[in-house]
Amino acid sequence: MELTNDIIKQKLIEKFGDQVTDFTEPYGMLTFSASRDLNLKVLNFLYDNSELKFRFLTDLCAVHYPGQKGKELAVVYHLHNLEDNIRVRFKIFTDITQPDVYTATGLFSAANWMERETYDFYGVNFLGHPNLKRILNVDEMDYFPMRKEYPLEDQTRMDKDDEMFGRGGTIGFGNERTNQGTLTETKKSNAGEDIV
Amino acid sequence: MSEQHIKLPEGSIEKTTTTLNLGPTHPATHGVFQNILELDGERIVSADQTVGYIHRAFEKIAERRPLYQITPLTDRLNYCSSPINNMGWHLTCEKLLGVKTPKRVDYLRVIIMELARISDHLICNSIVGVDAGAYTGFLYVMQYRELIYEIYEEVCGSRLTTNIGRIGGFERNFNDIAFQKLEKFLKEYPRVLKELENLFVRNRIFMDRTMGVGPISAERALNYGFTGPNLRAAGVDYDIRVHAPYSSYEDFQFEIPVGTTGDCYDRFLVRSQEMWQSLSILEQAYRKVQEFKGADAEVYHADVPEYYLPPKADVYTKMEALIWHFKIIMGEIDMPAGEVYHSVEGGNGELGFYFISDGGRTPYRLHFRRPCFIYYQAFEELTKGAMLSDAIIVMSSLNLIAGEMDA
Repeated sequence: MELTNDIIKQKLIEKFGDQVTDFTEPYGMLTFSASRDLNLKVLNFLYDNSELKFRFLTDLCAVHYPGQKGKELAVVYHLHNLEDNIRVRFKIFTDITQPDVYTATGLFSAANWMERETYDFYGVNFLGHPNLKRILNVDEMDYFPMRKEYPLEDQTRMDKDDEMFGRGGTIGFGNERTNQGTLTETKKSNAGEDIV
Repeated sequence: MSEQHIKLPEGSIEKTTTTLNLGPTHPATHGVFQNILELDGERIVSADQTVGYIHRAFEKIAERRPLYQITPLTDRLNYCSSPINNMGWHLTCEKLLGVKTPKRVDYLRVIIMELARISDHLICNSIVGVDAGAYTGFLYVMQYRELIYEIYEEVCGSRLTTNIGRIGGFERNFNDIAFQKLEKFLKEYPRVLKELENLFVRNRIFMDRTMGVGPISAERALNYGFTGPNLRAAGVDYDIRVHAPYSSYEDFQFEIPVGTTGDCYDRFLVRSQEMWQSLSILEQAYRKVQEFKGADAEVYHADVPEYYLPPKADVYTKMEALIWHFKIIMGEIDMPAGEVYHSVEGGNGELGFYFISDGGRTPYRLHFRRPCFIYYQAFEELTKGAMLSDAIIVMSSLNLIAGEMDA
């Protein structure tokens, strides 16, 4: 019998009851979530069950939802059953003050760097990870840059001297040097004369 | 010098292995990433990879950009086959927005993607040759990569980072020169590919250098998240073009070549065979494109005024076109909320886009599943116990692209 989203859902409910929640099917992919303590149990079940066989970890990443109190960080697993060619998306939500999640490295070797990347950008602390350190950012970084509280730099800011890239310094609009000095300087001196 | 002349500090342990920094800027890494190898003589005891030297925070930048401005970011992932990345991104957006593309667009996209796959595999295979000491093949096939780049140029105006296509189709129709160049390519390339194969496949030196080097079993490859030619070389016939067809790949007849041992030699052969398959897909696609006659032959994009820029002449003369142009350029179009995962068969594996939209004008979260970031982890397992020179070949035959790894 071909594996369908309904069968997977049925099996999960049989095994975990109401601990697995939020079943949806955005664009055809079965999506569900569980509490963070259950993540390994669910992943193991999906891996070992003789009918489900979700043995390929396609993707692992995190999402930050600053508005959800106590569930600010989501860790999203994309799993693939290559035999029946069906994918599922499994999410767990965790608190941002203590984002401890069990590691999936025991199950998937591929999870190693994916979890390091997730830690690097979102600060999810994967318990039991063999080598949880930053991977793409510098080791000295002391914040998690993909969180929503770090917006991208305002492109119009003027306080930064970034001459080589046409901002601040002596190059750039209004700062071209003329005989009377730069435009900004001329304006300043003119303003003084007006007062006198 | 006798041994008593070496005075080690009290309590120090004599180190018996040599540490070698391979990279970050080493000609043989073909990109900026580092391997710290622990060597016992010339045998590799352990390898520690460092990546991230060219991390450019694409996922963060994408959170502030309208969709059409994210395409140039995807160029810079696997820059050996940027059209595939571009198409993957457009297809992801189209999936989210529910855009249906005409068949002719699909076939044109297949042409561009297969050309990109050939150029990607061509570089990878000839670089394996370079690292094994055969420079000639590399230099020779460059001419044909050049021809592929000229076809891109006719369509989009650029060569390496192409920014090709738009949501819903292409920015312009393929011109006659593009098709002439494609014909030239289809006519001349088989002979070149045959010659490249002749140079390597039964070459004793090449076989000795690559057979049994960096092997991986199918089971381990799957556990490590291998995809693309590297997985197929290990014997798993997983190809997204077949398992989850996009852009009308279901209309084409082709085979998935697989290897058995997953070593460098099999990876080379799989890539080589895939180029033949790509050629056959190209021929089929070109035939299908030629079948469109009259007005159908002029179709090169879907009708999606919200995302597809109107012709410039209309912008100057028609009110509606002007409004759409302004809204698109200023990024003032609200997307439907939703989350979507879409993947395409990239040059080196499954390139996935996980896109969450909260109904705003920019993605809420965009995650790239970059194949070589995931399978590069296996490097230590592939090279443990091998010679230093094998590590170089393993690296090039895995088709590691620093731009994609670091995103």
